[in-house]
Parts: sequence; structure tokens; C-alpha cells
Amino acid sequence: MSTFYFIAFLSIFFSILVISAKNPVHSILYLILTFFTFTIHYILMNAQFLAIVNFIVYMGAILVLFLYTLMLINLNKESEPVKPFMVKFAGVFGGGILIVALVASLKSLGVSNPVILKNPDLGLVKNLGKVLFNEFLMPFEVSSVLLLSAMVGAVLLATKDPKTA
Amino acid sequence: METTDLIFRIVLIVIIFAISLVVAMYSTYAERKVAAFFQDRIGPNRAGPWGILQPLADGGKMFLKEEIIPTNATPFLFIVGPSLAILTACIGSAVIPWGQAIVIGGHTFDLQVTDINVGILYIFGVVSLGVYGIMIGGWASNNKYSLLGAIRAASQNISYEISMGLSIIALLMLTGTLSLKEIAEQQHGFAWNVWRQPLGFVLFLVCAFAETNRSPFDLPECETELVGGYHTEYSSMKLGFYLFAEYINMFISSAVMATLYWGGYNYPGMDWVAAHVGPTIAPIIGVVVFFGKIFFSIFFFMWVRWTIPRFRYDQLMDLGWKVLIPLAIANIVLTGVITTLLN
Amino acid sequence: MESLSNKRKVLEVKPLNFLERAYLPAIMGGLATTMKHFFKKPVTISYPEEKREFSENFRGMHSLKRDENGKERCTACGLCALSCPAEAITMTAAERKPGEENLYREEKYAAVYEINMLRCIFCGLCEEACPKEAIYLDGDIVPTDYLRKDFIYGKDKLVEAPLNQ
Repeated sequence: MSTFYFIAFLSIFFSILVISAKNPVHSILYLILTFFTFTIHYILMNAQFLAIVNFIVYMGAILVLFLYTLMLINLNKESEPVKPFMVKFAGVFGGGILIVALVASLKSLGVSNPVILKNPDLGLVKNLGKVLFNEFLMPFEVSSVLLLSAMVGAVLLATKDPKTA
Repeated sequence: METTDLIFRIVLIVIIFAISLVVAMYSTYAERKVAAFFQDRIGPNRAGPWGILQPLADGGKMFLKEEIIPTNATPFLFIVGPSLAILTACIGSAVIPWGQAIVIGGHTFDLQVTDINVGILYIFGVVSLGVYGIMIGGWASNNKYSLLGAIRAASQNISYEISMGLSIIALLMLTGTLSLKEIAEQQHGFAWNVWRQPLGFVLFLVCAFAETNRSPFDLPECETELVGGYHTEYSSMKLGFYLFAEYINMFISSAVMATLYWGGYNYPGMDWVAAHVGPTIAPIIGVVVFFGKIFFSIFFFMWVRWTIPRFRYDQLMDLGWKVLIPLAIANIVLTGVITTLLN
Repeated sequence: MESLSNKRKVLEVKPLNFLERAYLPAIMGGLATTMKHFFKKPVTISYPEEKREFSENFRGMHSLKRDENGKERCTACGLCALSCPAEAITMTAAERKPGEENLYREEKYAAVYEINMLRCIFCGLCEEACPKEAIYLDGDIVPTDYLRKDFIYGKDKLVEAPLNQ
């Protein structure tokens, strides 16, 4: 249990650093560390497959692309846009409302019974595959169709319009 | 876990770590010798007999060179880059089964540090993490050439990871497991996966070249265009770490290739040896055979490097996205159809 | 246009067939070629231990010759210094004293004879200019050194060893 608290502390610590870091590249690097702590959380919960997929897809691919894009942007102080007062005010206002909502939801929080999995080895590849392809086949396929349509949309956006080009 | 088991694990980790470092060290020597032989030369022959101490001399030189951190670099990340590169290169060896379990005096010694049931995916994760070392180092150098090298490395690695993953999926359809140990055990004797997955093996091989940034895909360090690539600003042992990481990566990917496709520690006639010579000798021969396969594929990496010229960057991307990925998908479909028909 | 020499060769560029486009056969061919070289004898000559034979007209380090009785042939006429395009040769003449007849052939000899090996271009004009056949460029390659002053070779290095030794 103490491992969990330590890792949880680390994830929160790094995620705060993500938003407080001045340099965007540094904040991406903190984000990588945050995702790494998530991977450790998954391993602690015996969800090996999810852990490793989180590792490969999020840390190994998506954040590399994030870093890739940020490295190409000229991040000098001069090029930072000047934020008008209204934007700052809106930001503070929105943040305040979020805090109020969080406090309210924490106040109304009741202690529920801990959820216990029927099968503690559910996170292992074989069991996960059986569950995914039997009970949850429909949502699984629907989500893959969703991803496919997103991909087609991205290709459409990227290709030039023959009329204008 | 028993105490003897724990001690054995720790010893095994230390041994594997030492072996991968020594192999990487002597790969630098072998690379120079092999290059020399391919070009009708002799190669390094001054340090010790046949130049056998050359890697030590190189290492000593690397340690004694001046440590330069450029003024405009980000110092912390500048150091993190090579450290991360060598770290990710080293941790890949944890899931590779180096041999069958050896039974000595009633104790079973497993020649694998850990057998997690998502072994292949772990290797993938480590490989995909390896690009961070290059990217962080390239960005922290604050040099345009380094940055370009880092960006090339990143896009190349991501592109080839996809086709590598797809080529592995076809293999996994046959093996039905993600654990490297079980995959190695299935290829008992001479039933190596390469006979069942020749196209998959070729795809995996090409992707392995790209993932380890080896020639003909060594564009991140293309010296004609990018000075030195991502390690332009590096000197001393930090440069050494980058170069070293490349050779360790080569060793690990050779080991993975041998395990997945060339039967790992299996060799024809292993049952006969186990029955007639002795059950302890057979696994040891297996380990030797495994290392033989690894060394051959390291040699193959070098052979290709000194034969084929470097790709142009658009050709590299064309090959990755327009040739390898469709071929890998075709391979998956083919494998699926054939296995269904055979059943 | 009509070809004048009838040697014009018409090249047909055929589109690559499938095997050529797959590149693998060509790569195999390349690998075979390099493998052939792997087993060839290396052409390297490991220099200080092994030496390649010099050609007959090789010009190396100078030597000041002695005649058949072991007397120095040079008479310090200065024609070599005059002919030298790099101005590498200097000398100081001296008169032969009685009793030195077994050392020097002529009545005048070179007390100091210096060649700056960093200036010398090994053209061999000194050889041709010498009326007494006293200087020849028949030595080895000039060895390396650390200081410029050490490349000024005096008589101690240039004159041939005496006959009786």
C-alpha cells in the first residue's frame, strides 16, 4: 500500500510540474514521467497488458510526437503572445469555478464498498483478450471503426484540395 | 522467493549486464576489423596481439577526453540524453531467455532474468523509449544539426515501429503467446519460426536495422548532411555512451531476432545430446548455440553496413509506409488464411 | 543527328521489372560481392615492419658520397645550392690543410653542408647539377621529428659512412 501512496504522490507531483514548468519542452518531459508513474500504477494493479500498452502507445509514440512538434516550434520569450486582461480574468474565473466544483463533489463524497474483481488475473493478456472478444466485442469493434474514421478524416484534412492547389 | 534463487537472479543480472557491455565493446572492435576485411585491409592491429586491446584503449581515450557542455545547451538534459540512451539499451536484456533451465544439485536455474507474459511488448516498449535519449540529447544541444538528427531519429523509429509490430503480430498468431520463453520453447529442435514466417522475418530484419539506426538507415547521424547528427555537440564519455548504446541495441535486437525467428537456444539434435551426453551439458550447448546465432546476426548487421549505401530520407519514409506496412498487413492476412485452412 | 563516328550507342532505359523493384536480389548480389572481398588477401603493407620496395628512380634522403679511397667528393662549389629551386642547401667552404689529403679529394671542401629537409622538394636538381658526383638522393624516406630545427641536416647525417667501417 505504501508503494501505491508513493507512486500516487509522484504522479501528482509530476503532473503539477507539467503545468507549472515554464519551458514547454520541460513540461512534456514531466508529462512523460507522469505517464511512467501511471504505468507503474497499472503494474501494481496486475494489469500487465494495459501497463505495457500505456508504455508503448503513450510514452513511446504519442509523447514522442508531442516532443517532436514542440522541438520544431521557436519557443523564444519574444514570440509568446501577449495575453489581454480579459483572457487572464476568464482563466482565473474558470479555475475558481473548477475548485468550487471539486470541493463540492468532495464534500458530498460517500465511502463506497471497495470493488473487488472476480478474477484478479483479468489484466493478463489471455484473460483480457477473452473478455474483450466475447463480452465486449461490440464496443471493441465500434471503437475500432471510430479510430478508422478518425484516420480517414486526418488523411482527408492532410491531402490538398485539388481545386485550390 | 528462495535465497539461493534470489542470489542466482542477482548473479545472472550482473553476468548478463557484463556480457552485454563486453559484447558491445568488442562489437566496436569487430566492426572495424570486419570493415577492414571487406575492404581488403587489415584493421586495428597495434594494441595487443591482433589489436585485441583496442576497445580498452578507445574506452580509456573516451574517459580522458575533455568534457564539453556547450554554453547555450540545457546542462541537465544534455547529460540525461546519453544516460537515457544507454539505460534503455541495457534494460532490454531482462526478458530474453538465454538458455533452458539448468538443473544442478536439485536446484533449477532459469537462464532468464524475468519471464513476464508480455515479453515481446516489453521489448517494444523499451525500444520505443530508446528514442527519447536521442531526442532529448539532440534538443538539449541547442544545435540545428543535432535537432535535425534527433527529429529524423524520432520519425524513423515511430514509422518503423509500426511495421515491426505488424510483422510480429503474424508471428504471434502462430505462437499464441507473448512470452519470449514460451516462444523459444515452441521452437524445439529444428522447428524454427523462420521456416513458418519467412516474409515476417525479412520485414522484422529491415525494421530492426531501422530501429537500431544502423546503415542503410543511419540517417540520424548522416555526416554528409548533418555534421555528426544528434551527437554533434557531444564529446568524451557522453559521446561514448551514445555510440555504445547503438552497439548494445544491436546486441539486444540480434538476441530478440534469434529468439523469435531462429529458434533461440534450440538446435537440431538437442534431445539426442540431452539423452546421450548429459542433461546438464545440453542446455549449456544451447547457450553457446544461442550466442553463435547472436554473433552471426551482429556480423550480418556489419556486413550490410559495409555493403549498402545509405537511403535518402524520402526513400526511407516511402519504404516504411508504402512498402513494409502493406507487406506486413498482407503477411498477417496470409498467415490467418493459411492457419484457418490447415485447421 | 547523324553520328559521325558510328560509335554512338543507343541506350534503352527499360522500366524495372518486379524483381528489380524488390531490390532484394540486387542487395544479395552486393552482399556476395563484399563477402568475396572478405576472404581476399589484404593489400595493406604494415609500414615500419614491412616496406614496399622503392622504384629505381626513387628520390629519398640525400647522401654526400665518398670516392673509392674514402675521401669526400664534395668540393663546395655551390652549384647544388644554386640549382636548388627550394633554396634548401647552404654550405661553407674551407681550404684543405696539409695532412688532410686522405679526408677530402679536392683542395677545397665543405666545412659545413646543411640541407633543410622541410624546404627540400626532392626534385633531384642538385644531383644533376653536381660536377663531382658527390650528392645523390638515394636514401630512405626522411624520418619525422618534433622540432623544425631538427630537420636541418648537417654533414653528420648526410655524409656516407667511411669505407673501412
